[in-house]
Amino acid sequence: MGETTFRVWRGERGKGDFADYRTEVGEGMVVLDAMHQIQAESAGDLAVRWNCKAGKCGSCSAEINGKPRLMCMTRMDELPAGEAVTVEPMRAFPHVRDLVTDVSWNFEVKKKVKPFKPRAPDAPDGTWRMQQEDVDRVQEFRKCIECFLCQDVCHVLRDHHKHDEFIGPRFFVHSAALEMHPLDVEDRVHELKETQGIGYCNITKCCTAVCPEHITITDNAIIPLKERVVDEFYDPVMKLVKLFRRKP
Amino acid sequence: MHRSLPVMDQRKFGETLRRDAWWLPNIPIVLILSAFIVYATWAAFQNANYTFGPYLSPFYAPELWGDSPHAWFGPKPLWWPGWLPFSPALIILPIPATFRMTCYYYRGSYYKAFWADPPACAVGEPRKTYLGENSFPLILQNLHRYGLLLAFIFLFFLWWDVWKAMWFEGAGGVEFGIGVGTVVMTLNVVLLTGYTLGCHSMRHVVGGMLDRISGAPVRRQLYNVSSACNRGHAKWAWTSLFSVALTDAYIRLCATGVFTDLRIF
Repeated sequence: MGETTFRVWRGERGKGDFADYRTEVGEGMVVLDAMHQIQAESAGDLAVRWNCKAGKCGSCSAEINGKPRLMCMTRMDELPAGEAVTVEPMRAFPHVRDLVTDVSWNFEVKKKVKPFKPRAPDAPDGTWRMQQEDVDRVQEFRKCIECFLCQDVCHVLRDHHKHDEFIGPRFFVHSAALEMHPLDVEDRVHELKETQGIGYCNITKCCTAVCPEHITITDNAIIPLKERVVDEFYDPVMKLVKLFRRKP
Repeated sequence: MHRSLPVMDQRKFGETLRRDAWWLPNIPIVLILSAFIVYATWAAFQNANYTFGPYLSPFYAPELWGDSPHAWFGPKPLWWPGWLPFSPALIILPIPATFRMTCYYYRGSYYKAFWADPPACAVGEPRKTYLGENSFPLILQNLHRYGLLLAFIFLFFLWWDVWKAMWFEGAGGVEFGIGVGTVVMTLNVVLLTGYTLGCHSMRHVVGGMLDRISGAPVRRQLYNVSSACNRGHAKWAWTSLFSVALTDAYIRLCATGVFTDLRIF
């Protein structure tokens, strides 16, 4: 494929600029390969976080030609030939160095989501019985690799910096996986509205568009949760129905 | 702007490193939605040429009050305000308009295309402040399901209109037949049905709200149907928008003599 220019963001704690590097791109290479090659050839101090190189660990998230993507899953032959490739760190998290950001805010947010709380066991031996079709819906959400690309692209975090009031698409998926689980009896709807900011989501579907696991984040997780918030807070008829509905 | 984390600055309006034509999808959305609003408003204020034989324009259906034979309760009601020109469509159109305006799919589309909020994914926005759907007026989007309820009721009347569009005045009285207009009206209602069944609120109400749907077999079937339609919700939304306008235009052109409605049998 020949030599290609990479415009890589270099700097520390948000201060820095793009630096150009040229390297030979071969058949089957991904952007992460090119970053490693640049490290080996001309920038030994280039900071890049990576681990599995198989699209399963979610470590090498970055912005390639302006789009949040995994470096290990972005093949060079997908990118426009003959043009410089820009690689920059995610913008929604504190910058550490070069392409590395501090994503620990996400782990703090995760602690705030109420954990799984199963109903009383179905059998005397302390086990439960579930139907496959009941768990089918939440299994999609379990595919999440926590790459946080959805958080990065979400304009509520990326542009409006609502990190104090909004948990972001990743944790709406996490909440949906718990909230819709057939065994779970915990109520997370109040938090979703009051402290986790689901009302900030304006359904642009950017999170769905960048998910490397192709989770239908907006349609299958966020909107169903928004509808549950409507049941609880905005729909008087549903409130009435819930009053008379049998508790699980 | 308050920033709880030391993240990078917000990009300027339209600033991005994206190489693709990110602005392109917004253009047809602005053009089509604007054209539809202009056409629907014009058609609604006409109060003429909205019926042709057994056909009734979907902008005017159901015709509660009006001068055509399709009207349920006779001509213009006495309570109609004198300052407002009367048209049966003005009574009807707010309901499908509310349903579409609050639709989750359209919301995502028009927030991007009309308000640049954001203009596209990973592209800088024009505003520094953001309230989302937490406060008035956008908090009213949460009433989408009431729009759905009314639109769903209207759907039955639209199917009823399709049935009536199969009965023509002939030499020997009323006779069964299928005209091009019948086909146009049927196609329109099929598309509107697909759009309504795939509505996210519909999906929630019929079964999505249940965590153990296996215990409710009827609701499970309804949920599966709604989910199947929901997967193509954007396509249903656009095709049904076109079909409503085109059905009105077809009936209008037949009524004004521009088109001749052909009888298939």
